[in-house]
Amino acid sequence: MERLLVVSSSPHIHSPLDTQKIMGWVLAALAPAGLAGIYFFGLRAAAVMAVCVISCVAFEYIWDKCAKKAVAIDDLSAAVTGLLLAYNLPPTIPFWMAVLGSLFAIIVVKQLFGGLGCNIVNPALAGRAMMLTSWPVPMTTWSIDGVSGATPLALIKAGTLENLPSLQNIFIGRVGGCIGETSALALLIGFAILLYKDIIKWQTPVIYVAVVAILCTLFGRPVGPLYEVLTGGLFLGAIFMATDYTTSPITLRGQMIFAAGCGLLTALIRTWGGYPEGVSYSILIMNLTVPLIDRATKPRIFGEVKKHV
Amino acid sequence: MKLPTFWGGIHPPQNKDLTVSEGIERYLPRGELVFPMAQNIGAPCSPVVAKGERVLVGSRLGNNDAFVSAPILSSVSGTVKDIAMRLTTPGIYENCVIVENDGLYEMAPEWKPLENYETADPKEYLKRIREAGIVGFGGATFPTAVKLSPPPDKKIKWLIVNGVECEPFLNCDNRLMLEGTEKVIKGLLLVMRLFPEARGIIAIENNKPEAIKIMEEAAARLAAENVTVQPLAVKYPQGAEKMLIEALTGQEYPVTALPADVGCIILNVRTVYQIFSAIVDGEPAVSRVVTVTGDAIAHPKNIRVPLGASVRELVELCGGFKEQPVKILSGGPMMGVSMRSIDVPVVKGTSGILALTAKSAMLKPITPCLHCGRCVSACPVGLVPTVLEPLVLARQYKRFEEEGGMNCIECGSCTYACPANRPLTQGCRDGKSSVMAMRRKAATK
Repeated sequence: MERLLVVSSSPHIHSPLDTQKIMGWVLAALAPAGLAGIYFFGLRAAAVMAVCVISCVAFEYIWDKCAKKAVAIDDLSAAVTGLLLAYNLPPTIPFWMAVLGSLFAIIVVKQLFGGLGCNIVNPALAGRAMMLTSWPVPMTTWSIDGVSGATPLALIKAGTLENLPSLQNIFIGRVGGCIGETSALALLIGFAILLYKDIIKWQTPVIYVAVVAILCTLFGRPVGPLYEVLTGGLFLGAIFMATDYTTSPITLRGQMIFAAGCGLLTALIRTWGGYPEGVSYSILIMNLTVPLIDRATKPRIFGEVKKHV
Repeated sequence: MKLPTFWGGIHPPQNKDLTVSEGIERYLPRGELVFPMAQNIGAPCSPVVAKGERVLVGSRLGNNDAFVSAPILSSVSGTVKDIAMRLTTPGIYENCVIVENDGLYEMAPEWKPLENYETADPKEYLKRIREAGIVGFGGATFPTAVKLSPPPDKKIKWLIVNGVECEPFLNCDNRLMLEGTEKVIKGLLLVMRLFPEARGIIAIENNKPEAIKIMEEAAARLAAENVTVQPLAVKYPQGAEKMLIEALTGQEYPVTALPADVGCIILNVRTVYQIFSAIVDGEPAVSRVVTVTGDAIAHPKNIRVPLGASVRELVELCGGFKEQPVKILSGGPMMGVSMRSIDVPVVKGTSGILALTAKSAMLKPITPCLHCGRCVSACPVGLVPTVLEPLVLARQYKRFEEEGGMNCIECGSCTYACPANRPLTQGCRDGKSSVMAMRRKAATK
């Protein structure tokens, strides 16, 4: 009558939130920025997104098959990497470059380091960094409404402030830049989704952006804090990349230190670096400090030190 | 107003509405009852009856004279049918005394109210508590007389009655507070005679407003001066000893210490109720309230059941299974023990019988850790479970200890919160028992 019962160690119930749902919500939160990208940059942007997502998922599938592992593409993590990589590319990027960027992100940065949860730097950002070093010109050629031109931060770096787009345009995203980084508005909608679904905590993005705003002002940058934070992919980096679970610290305290470090590096690169923006490299460098931060911010064990009997 | 609570923790679905308004039903079994000889933390009992002997309600079936022990008493009158190995809750065969019930429930003559209990030497209470077989009925089953005999240098300032019942699904303590309100408070007042300088606190999670109200009213009615009813924020594991003390007194204590070291003694509501019954009514602790529930049970109920009765009979009393269960637990879903059969007896630690369907058991594959930190935010004792689990898998027990693994209270919060479904609590449990085994081995060398 009764079938065999499952016998296991407690607990016996689980939170309904699993890896696939988390990644699903990240994709949903990324959607507004993607739509904004398509709206401002046209269908070419949609094609780049499709190429990146499909090739990332395909490379993950091929790796799992070759490594004789269970195919884990349904956890959606490769799709998230693909979409994030696309968001960090100019809409005019040749497709074959996007495919190679995906290959580097999934195979070299993620799988060679052990796969999901084991990579030490953010795969999408590392893929982007590889592409920027390999193909600097196509990676920094921008156009908006069919007119090519420099990004706002490149204009600041060059000292040609008179051509800067308006604050309103950089807020909604009508400005040259990578596919998913220009619309602060769309990224903020994504931020709200992530907070509402309890996927990330507010501290990392807010601290990151605040530190950039404060330091860029202190360092005497010419355009003011609001303009600084709305440009250069800061929102994309702060909301979606600096909050990547695997490559950020595990405790909230550690995440706050990490965010402040990202902000400091970004402001330094923007002000004195050879490169106009600096979000990608800041996060990549801070990724490497995560084990150290984790070690330094271990939680206090109950009953130790405080009010010790 | 913000209610007191502790750091960390989780909010699993309560699922208490299945049985919250089910009044405690009395069940009197027939046939044989099975009494395992190991029903408390500490020294297990040995049978003190022989096959064929007649026993009454409250007769001793098993005993051990060790300090940390409590006798096993018969819950029915009848004949000792056998002394044999029988299947018990953890899925092993244990030495049990089996009594054939004559259905008369004749009380053993030695059980009568303690004379002049209000003025009696409180030391008499301790004797009575031990003889009545009272242990911590919250599930830990630590002998209560031992708990109430702290070393003389420990000054007890708080006597805490634990009515938190933070385990989802369970309502046995809640119903007892609603239906045995005065006995709980009077039981606490009796215990307070042992510790005249202590304050009494009845701690109840705020999801039981009726119990809080009825307890407050009863405390006022009984003019229980030094007793307060303290509502607590609803969060798991609010009822864990350390978390309860943190919430109520703001104190913490390390893994090597006991509540008495910070001036606290915590007793479950059922334990306090049984103390009153043993002293004032002259009744031994031979029954308990069991919540039989879960989405696989046809009609979930709260049942007062004589110890030794079969779990199968309780399930049948609740209309059996309406759906195929995949897991049947003794206790709640967070810390309960999964059983391989329902042909086991109810014991002192059985707070609930929970039958879960495949849907609610959520048996999911284990996937890689994302380093998301949910286990860290959930851990009420400040561990990093995702670091501990791989250490245990790699048998790096020394590092497991260095990372604080022995502090784990096995509440299950980390595993509950983990989106990768990693067995984090299970890893810590394994690590702790391996370390304890190695320590024992080293000590005997």
